[in-house]
Amino acid sequence: MTYFEFLNEHGVTLLLGTVTTIKVLVCSMMLYVIISMIFGLMRLSKNLLIQGIATVYIEFFRGTSLLVQLFWAYYVLPFFGISLEAFTAGVVALGLNFGAYGAEIVRAGILAVPRGQWEAAHALNFTPAKRIKRIIIPQIFPIILPPAANLTVELLKATALVALVTVVDLTFEAKQINSITWLSAQCFGTALLIYYIMARFALVPFLRWLEVLAARKVGKEKI
Amino acid sequence: MGWRWDFAIEILPKMAVATFNTILAAGVGYAIALVVGLFFLLGQRTPSKIINWINREIVEFIRSTPLLIQLFFVYFVLPQFGITLSAWVCGMITIGLHFGTYLSEVYRGALEGVSKTQWEACRALNFSTLYTYRRIVLPQAFPIAIPGMGNYLVGIFKDTPLLSTIGVAELFHAATAVGGYNYRYLEPYTIVGVIFLTLSIPAAMWVRKLEKDVNKAQGKIKK
Repeated sequence: MTYFEFLNEHGVTLLLGTVTTIKVLVCSMMLYVIISMIFGLMRLSKNLLIQGIATVYIEFFRGTSLLVQLFWAYYVLPFFGISLEAFTAGVVALGLNFGAYGAEIVRAGILAVPRGQWEAAHALNFTPAKRIKRIIIPQIFPIILPPAANLTVELLKATALVALVTVVDLTFEAKQINSITWLSAQCFGTALLIYYIMARFALVPFLRWLEVLAARKVGKEKI
Repeated sequence: MGWRWDFAIEILPKMAVATFNTILAAGVGYAIALVVGLFFLLGQRTPSKIINWINREIVEFIRSTPLLIQLFFVYFVLPQFGITLSAWVCGMITIGLHFGTYLSEVYRGALEGVSKTQWEACRALNFSTLYTYRRIVLPQAFPIAIPGMGNYLVGIFKDTPLLSTIGVAELFHAATAVGGYNYRYLEPYTIVGVIFLTLSIPAAMWVRKLEKDVNKAQGKIKK
């Protein structure tokens, strides 16, 4: 069987899997961005309780393996009466795990905004909410986007794991085709290529574009 | 169905043995990654432009595709070419290759962290390149690389559960086996999580302390 015959027969299945992978990626991306914002801010709170909750959350999710969290969400939560669909469990586990890493990036980003900016906003009598929203947040984007871009590529790679909790994504399809045809080189090779193309020619350019946009917004022409 | 202590205690010895395997896998994988990283670094620093380019593309490809599929690829495809390796060997090779690309970046960053004037001074003193590396550059680059190297040790440790997908009998594999046999996943997966936490949080703290010590030794004490 030539490679073209292989693609002809299984290409559509792999593409359908790719669509699911993209869905997982987009959903978990949104979730992790929101979580990292919230917990990044909580980590900097002066209230010790709020700060403690954020620290425990971050240490817990960074300290255990993503695969363990994923299996926990899918196989153990039903013991407590919470049955999540595979897709939901996957997205939630990915979002929570990467949110913990993202929160640290957000925290570092906020700390990197010069103190003078806070003081100036204070002096101009901005409310705390307005200070964060109008002064600090626009400035943290150029700082946090480069590390966040790395993290997002890691997220794309990590979406492969949801196949292990029966989400029918690209990895799952590749494994399935492999077990039917035993054309391992073709199916896993193609899957690797698709992931590579998604990362290198779609996700990374998109994130670079965001970086340029954010830099321009605060008046820093970058690259 | 709540938590059952008797079951948890019953499976604990099995899990402890498997934990040893996980640590072994992480250690061996890390050792391979350290060496592989050196080779990628070499490819990056050779004067030949073509080798530089090939090296960079390989590193990019490995870094932007999921470890999971790489594992499948190595495990299922090599036998088609007549190379049959055990799951352990496949796992170690893949982890070594995957994290080797990351470590090569750590090495590169550390080498670039050594000031250019050091090189110029050595040139002025008529030291050979080898001597410069051995006595001047590497002793200064190594402390810079330590935090990054430590982070990836923890990273590899947290990625070892992926090895269970190709049948390496490490901690997560043991938990799945025990869970499937008794049809109780709550205790095994929770114990895995706890073991990961108790091992990786001290490790991460140790890396952070190293980072601080290195900064201090380099005279870069943060206020």
